[in-house]
Amino acid sequence: MEQITTSMLINELPRLILSLVLVIAFVALNALMLVYMERKVAGHMQKRLGPMVVGPHGLLQTLVDGIKLMGKQIINPEEVDLPLFRMAPILALVPAIAVFAVIPFSEKLVARDLNAGLLVVFAYASLSVLAILAAGWGSNNKYGLIGAVRSVAQQVAYEIPMLVSVLSVVLLSHTTQLTGIVNAQKGMWNIVYQPVAFLIFFICSVAETNRAPFDLVEGESELTAGFHTEYSGMGFGVFFLAEYASMVVGAAIATILFLGGWNGPTFGIGGALSGIFPGVLWFLIKVYILIFIVMWIRWTYPRVRFDQLLNFSWKVLLPFSLANLIITAVVTKL
Amino acid sequence: MKIERNLEEHSLYLNMGPQHPSTHGVLRVILKLDGEYIEEAEPVLGYIHRMHEKMGENRTYAQYLPNMGRVDYLSALSYNQCYVGAVERLTGIAPPPRAEYIRVITTELNRLSSHLLWFGAYVLDLGGFTPFLYSFDDREHILDLLESITGSRLTYCYFRFGGVSKDITDDFITGTRAFIKRLRMHLPMYETLVTKNVIFINRVKEVGIITPEAARRYGVTGPALRGSGIKYDVRKNEPYSIYPEVDFDIPVQDGCDALSRYIVRMLEMEQSMRIIEQALDKLPEGPVMAPKVPKKVKPPKGDCYFAVETARGDFGIYIVSDGTETAYRIKLRTPGFSNLSIFAEISRGTLLQDAISTMGSLDLVIPEIDR
Repeated sequence: MEQITTSMLINELPRLILSLVLVIAFVALNALMLVYMERKVAGHMQKRLGPMVVGPHGLLQTLVDGIKLMGKQIINPEEVDLPLFRMAPILALVPAIAVFAVIPFSEKLVARDLNAGLLVVFAYASLSVLAILAAGWGSNNKYGLIGAVRSVAQQVAYEIPMLVSVLSVVLLSHTTQLTGIVNAQKGMWNIVYQPVAFLIFFICSVAETNRAPFDLVEGESELTAGFHTEYSGMGFGVFFLAEYASMVVGAAIATILFLGGWNGPTFGIGGALSGIFPGVLWFLIKVYILIFIVMWIRWTYPRVRFDQLLNFSWKVLLPFSLANLIITAVVTKL
Repeated sequence: MKIERNLEEHSLYLNMGPQHPSTHGVLRVILKLDGEYIEEAEPVLGYIHRMHEKMGENRTYAQYLPNMGRVDYLSALSYNQCYVGAVERLTGIAPPPRAEYIRVITTELNRLSSHLLWFGAYVLDLGGFTPFLYSFDDREHILDLLESITGSRLTYCYFRFGGVSKDITDDFITGTRAFIKRLRMHLPMYETLVTKNVIFINRVKEVGIITPEAARRYGVTGPALRGSGIKYDVRKNEPYSIYPEVDFDIPVQDGCDALSRYIVRMLEMEQSMRIIEQALDKLPEGPVMAPKVPKKVKPPKGDCYFAVETARGDFGIYIVSDGTETAYRIKLRTPGFSNLSIFAEISRGTLLQDAISTMGSLDLVIPEIDR
């Protein structure tokens, strides 16, 4: 462990502040864009146009919505556990932002290239359940409570197959450093070697971010709004921000682990294309394609039932991911 | 208000409604939950009670006609048809054949619009947003068609004692034929998108079982009854209007679950389209109102019961006349009331999410239950 000295702090401080500002700016702008994208995707899938009034093609709609949310009065319902109730949105947002510290957008564009980057991602991602639990418990609302309880069971159930499927990638790349994992895919993307792991990881990351068809935590037809029933104004806005941030995190990790990160396609006719865009752009293209698929799923499927959701994780995803891990381990060590 | 916290208490009481996205209106259900399992469900009615039956005792027969469009706002024309039919039976007015055909065409269109709305809302209850917009797009065409001849889009008051208020136009006929063609193209799409969807099937299969015996005990009617394998439809069992003259089937499923009720309604749409097509083909020429219908209808002393098949089931009106311009008593037998009564029994022991899919599959319209 290096000794933290004053000179180091002075050297590090600008980098720290710069990355913090960049990450927060990215998360906020990205949420604005994704909400717009979500509404447009939903609109076009439903034979509507989506937002069209504010700005050209409704581009400024989400900005205006954000301003409206900020202008709302903060309401604390009676009998809430005030510290928990107010802390929960922040608890949801902070881990989602913190994860961005280790995500490499390109070879150089990474705030902190930790050698245990993957572990950091999962450590922070699993914190989000705490925020939902705090929100559901603290808001003194039965719908909120049921939503929170559901969320705990769901997140525990889906985190395990997710981690197991990620382990098989780690076996392939011999590292948990995210840049290392990307560099190991220079020849061929991991999705080719690990299609099952990719599928399991993708399903789990949809479930982890509480997106439909796994949005039981906020299933509005039974729980009105689940854990954020009692939140209004920016309290709700921050939860929203966190949801979209973790969506990006999920898609970004999937891109890094399975889709070659910032590298363009190196195989087939794609090889000629890969030089066209800089790495960041390739990375973002892949991330947004994955996010589009998540939205596509959301606006197509109905919601699963809770027991079916848990059965699916424990009885289907977990055995398959374990089998995949064992096969990978055997094959790589042969 | 301080909420009592009793840690010894094992169950959680949850008030679902009167404001809740899935109770479609102002139904309140008190749920006693053990975790997510329902120990008891008690529907509480009366939040939209508007005294329709009492209003019948204070209004002349003609004045009461608009009330019928507001009891069940989703199949208003069936209610029109039932009330008009009851008064006609009581007074002995016979509507001309063209009027009867128009009544059946518009009522079946109304049934289609009701089933389409139910389809969208049901999938919405289960968490699927998109089919809702698609079915509403189709339904919009029906509303436009009906608006062109009845003048209203939801709470119709189109039928009169002895006929209908206005003849249908050629535009309406071509529009209806075009719509049927369109819906026939869209129904297979709904089937691939929703009916064959694994998540959907898992949500509705073997959920909310209504045994034929229980259905009889509670007086369940309509698609809910036919989903339990009992072939009962007022249009066939107590034929009225021109239904004996057209050829149509009564779809029956014997799964007794929410999926069966769903399939029955989807198949009924095709049958409604067949009825409309045949009625349009056979549509006779002539007047749409019986001659010499008195301005003030005064049925002779006596009573009469008339029932029709609405989109939700068997709706009957019992009128007791004392020979004046106002009915002595009007009793409405609405299908939703009986269909809801069974909810407490069939939801016991199921999951909270199953209760939603069960309730949706009963196709409740709360104003019709409260009246």
